[in-house]
Amino acid sequence: MSDLRALLIPRRLFLMALFAGFVIWCALSLRWDWLPQYLPLALEGLWRTIWILVVTVVLGFALAVPLGLAQAAGPWYLAAPARVFCTVIRGTPLLLQIWLLYYGLGSLFPQYPWIRGSELWPYLRQAWPYAVLALTLSYAGYEGEVMRGGFASVQKGQLEAARAFGMPRFTIFRRIWLPQAIRNVLPTLGGETILQLKATPLVATITVIEIYAVSSRVRADTFIVYEPLLLLALVYMIIAGLIALMFRWVENRVPSRRREG
Amino acid sequence: MPLTAAPRPSDAPVPVPPAILVEDLHKSFGPLEVLKGVSLTAQKGDVVAIIGGSGSGKSTMLRCINFLETPTSGRIVVNGEEIAMRADGSPADRRQIERIRTRLGMVFQAFNLWTHRTLLENVIEVPVHVLKTPKNQAIERARALLDRVGLGDKADTFPAFLSGGQQQRAAIARALAVDPAVMLFDEPTSALDPELVGEVLSVIRDLAAEGRTMLIVTHEMKFAREVASHVVYLYQGRIEEEGPPERVFGAPQSARLKQFLQTVG
Repeated sequence: MSDLRALLIPRRLFLMALFAGFVIWCALSLRWDWLPQYLPLALEGLWRTIWILVVTVVLGFALAVPLGLAQAAGPWYLAAPARVFCTVIRGTPLLLQIWLLYYGLGSLFPQYPWIRGSELWPYLRQAWPYAVLALTLSYAGYEGEVMRGGFASVQKGQLEAARAFGMPRFTIFRRIWLPQAIRNVLPTLGGETILQLKATPLVATITVIEIYAVSSRVRADTFIVYEPLLLLALVYMIIAGLIALMFRWVENRVPSRRREG
Repeated sequence: MPLTAAPRPSDAPVPVPPAILVEDLHKSFGPLEVLKGVSLTAQKGDVVAIIGGSGSGKSTMLRCINFLETPTSGRIVVNGEEIAMRADGSPADRRQIERIRTRLGMVFQAFNLWTHRTLLENVIEVPVHVLKTPKNQAIERARALLDRVGLGDKADTFPAFLSGGQQQRAAIARALAVDPAVMLFDEPTSALDPELVGEVLSVIRDLAAEGRTMLIVTHEMKFAREVASHVVYLYQGRIEEEGPPERVFGAPQSARLKQFLQTVG
């Protein structure tokens, strides 16, 4: 209830009215007649954006955990390659990585008959596996570094208590170390996931038709420029908002880990 | 007993191995030798207080018993089972050390409750995930233990929201949850505000009264005198003097102990 009342102070009412006015103006005086025709394609693109985001975040995070662990606590022969991987990924543009995989690997594969003949070929000749691979590696590279910090930031006493009670090493990792590391970096992960969302339009450059590619198609077909872009911005904002809410919800499930002061 | 006659089982009491036996324990951190050959025996039901100045090696000794620190050399026997050590002192058998650790309930100076779990979850963590106790049974027992240390109403609270004294009492409940053969207290009140020390000491006092075997590293001399059955004074990595509390505190022999008792009041 108090949340609702907080919205009703004058300056907020004014801003809300301003925003509502903008939306109404957009709806009434801009061209939306293209929308019904492109709606099915837009929904398809939206769905593709979302699943690419979810799949690459999940797979990328699954890779980031060992990458972070190797750097935080691994022997040098695991730590060094993990550090090199993260440095290379974070040091080169994602667009370049996507193109290197798609035009590089993608044009290398057809030269080998055994690849062309394999069960995987129907997938490998499409663009989306390269898009998913590139975005997964990118997320893994950034989050590997974040998880390194996460693992290192778990207090020594937390793990010592687990050892003192006879917890086997993997149980310590699963029950204490990993959850606390993730908890420590949740705010960062939330932001990085939104960045990942905003990196997805790059896959349009290798012919994956996600939501951004749909807006380009509308522009190319109809010469209508601004309306599809405005709608696109709104769609990204809504998804970003949902991601932020989701991470906040998870954060609140385990309240402040340390007493302040 | 004549050597010729084999004793019938009923004649001789079955020898009960000491709960903790430490023999000639050495520990070095690099060139610094912190423990220079310490031996200690705690029978079942003993409350051993370990006192000494800072840097005397008392915490290190306690932490060597459950191998949180790796001894450089020596023997450690828990309930008659010797912990197998390699030549460098590291435990030879990880499973053995893990099994023995579940029999030793440790309480830390900094509490070390797991911050991402509620008090109840902290207390059931080891029973459920290490000892494989059925969860509802573990919860029932955990609630009883939290009640016992006066935290029954805080079961669903996260450690960060509790005072130091409350956290330390919860940590004691966590240690009790494994029904330990021996409890190890590593300066349990040293990180507490003075007004919170009493509540923790009174919980430990109750445990002593019910006959729990405990090793307590402490700076609370009055408390040590009151609950300990045996007091060990460490000085620079060696046991300088030990004995029943009345003698150690009442009639100290060594000049260093006398001086130490004067400084700590």
